[in-house]
Amino acid sequence: MSILVNKHSKVIVQGFTGSEGTFHATQMIEYGTNVVGGVTPGKGGTKHLDRPVFNTVDSAVKATGADVSIIFVPPAFAADAILEAADAGIKVIVTITEGIPTRDMLVIKPFLKARGAIMIGPNCPGIITPGEAKVGIMPGFIHKPGTIGIISRSGTLTYEAVYQVTQQGLGQSTCVGIGGDPIVGSTHTDIIKLLNEDPNTEGIILIGEIGGSSEVDAARWIKDNVKKPVVGFIAGQTAPPGRRMGHAGAIIAGGDDTAAAKMRIMKECGIHVVESPAFIGQTMMEALRKSGMR
Amino acid sequence: MKIHEYQGKEIFRKYGVPVLKGIVIKTPEEAKQAAIELGSPVVVVKSQIHAGGRGQGKVYDIKDRTKMLSDRGVKVVKSPQEAEDFARLVLGNVLVTKQTGEEGKVVHTMYVEDGCAIEKEYYLSITLDRVTSKNVIIASAEGGMDIEKVAEEHPEKIVKEWIDPLTGLRPYQISKIGYALGFTPELVKQFIPFMNALYKCYMDGDCSLLEVNPLVTTKDGKIMALDSKINFDDNALFRHPDYAPLRDLNEEEPLEIEASESNLNYVKLDGNVGCMVNGAGLAMATMDIIKLSGGEPANFLDVGGGANAKTVEAGFRIILKDPNVKAILINIFGGIVRCDRVANGVVEAYKSIGNINIPIIVRLQGTNAEEAAKIINESGLKVRSAVALADAAKLVNEALQA
Repeated sequence: MSILVNKHSKVIVQGFTGSEGTFHATQMIEYGTNVVGGVTPGKGGTKHLDRPVFNTVDSAVKATGADVSIIFVPPAFAADAILEAADAGIKVIVTITEGIPTRDMLVIKPFLKARGAIMIGPNCPGIITPGEAKVGIMPGFIHKPGTIGIISRSGTLTYEAVYQVTQQGLGQSTCVGIGGDPIVGSTHTDIIKLLNEDPNTEGIILIGEIGGSSEVDAARWIKDNVKKPVVGFIAGQTAPPGRRMGHAGAIIAGGDDTAAAKMRIMKECGIHVVESPAFIGQTMMEALRKSGMR
Repeated sequence: MKIHEYQGKEIFRKYGVPVLKGIVIKTPEEAKQAAIELGSPVVVVKSQIHAGGRGQGKVYDIKDRTKMLSDRGVKVVKSPQEAEDFARLVLGNVLVTKQTGEEGKVVHTMYVEDGCAIEKEYYLSITLDRVTSKNVIIASAEGGMDIEKVAEEHPEKIVKEWIDPLTGLRPYQISKIGYALGFTPELVKQFIPFMNALYKCYMDGDCSLLEVNPLVTTKDGKIMALDSKINFDDNALFRHPDYAPLRDLNEEEPLEIEASESNLNYVKLDGNVGCMVNGAGLAMATMDIIKLSGGEPANFLDVGGGANAKTVEAGFRIILKDPNVKAILINIFGGIVRCDRVANGVVEAYKSIGNINIPIIVRLQGTNAEEAAKIINESGLKVRSAVALADAAKLVNEALQA
């Protein structure tokens, strides 16, 4: 079991024939992801990477039965690509594109909700269910099939956590990078709800950053609903207030969005909080042992 | 991107948001001339820097930071001569406010504005509420004050109205805010077009923050924006080429400008250990590791997805310009980026710069990490390599002890 994507997922790539799309689609196919085709307006009817190219998402879905889409469309056109995917009936949309204006994202959330679609991202590394499907830009080889669900906002920091978990001899059920923008399709809580219901996920790693309240909301939900051990880390303990730390969402605007405040609340909610990102994997292993799962 | 008050007010004027008449000046003589031109018995001379709290800020001599020249960055003056005198005192010197930090900001520009008879001050802003993914209007009858403090001590005095992206801002919402602020029906009638114009300005411009503090009602019954603070969404600047000239490089850290030219995401901090990392999340985590190892991060530096010899060298050069840096930690998690390539980049950059006299710790993990460690260790350079993050932390600690 897993969440969001598995070996049966039929994946299309929006922005298929561009350089980013081509590179990562190739990697996804090599990993074993069931990529059934792609969309590039104006190139419909051709073949790319041995798969059909369509002009619209709608025609791609009708021809292939695709249920997952990954988007590599440039920022100026990305919002339209997301709306198109949802309108065509895609249920899991992974938006990799970085730099989408916030204004464009405002209308997307209610639109997706009305169509029952889940979006991961934008500005994210994507989703991977090790051994089954990689719908993202993460390096596949650091992952290993297993029972730890990982959720994070960032790319390389997620890889760090994945690597540490693999080093501990544990593997991952599904890893989700929700993205670093102020408005993202899915919050930490949305993904934790799914991981909590997944029978194959034994433990959860929640990685956050300064800014916003996504981690705090998740911690409160975990306190009331999750019995599985949860390990947490918040990056940006040393970040100064008011400055943008790479991710547009990573600004401390005052209140409970500092790393210290988030970590305190997470601890109060029963999460195993690590101060050093070097001990994420080790702490997960210890938490499993404590709960008698190892 | 942030802009100055006077630039914000120019935009306000275009949208029909009422603001007072004002003139931008860069010399004391211009201040005098501006006051004469405005012709009012009372004018206000306002320092233009990208930080709030200018009124209560203090101006220090740029040559002698212990010498306070003025106990305010904004002054109401009664004659053109007084305007010139105040401008002479402030221009070229350092304004320290509670938002600038101790280092303050040099005042290069001032704004001479008409005075006005204020009846009452209010606070008004539009920004994104990340929790609901909606824009929100925040208003308070406690104007001109520190809004964070009001929110903390008297949350009941803050009015919030969320804007549904599908309907936009509706007139009923504006009148709700107006009555909550205690406006008379006559003022509410004025407030509806006022608020609509501000909201249009916010949406059209892809703003991330639009703040009017204070918004005032005048003795003659008008609503006026006495201040303006506008931040633009950096991701949307591509569709506003007309806003690009509003960028004031004087307000930015020179090293940050240099970094952005090399496509590096750099934020200067005050610590002693520099760092260079791929990915924003890992970069923040690396700063935390530095702190836990007994150091203080000297910077945030994300080299992005394409870490190569050129970006590594640019990163090195920027970090090394900071005299406080006593050690550098490079932390790269190679995914798509191959670690051996990054390692070669580090060696090349090191050789090309030459004479790096501080310890460098390189932690390369992920694709081809072992080959990378070999390249570093066999390079003959004074570079220590680590594979696990915990080992890198230990090496940083040792470097600081030495």
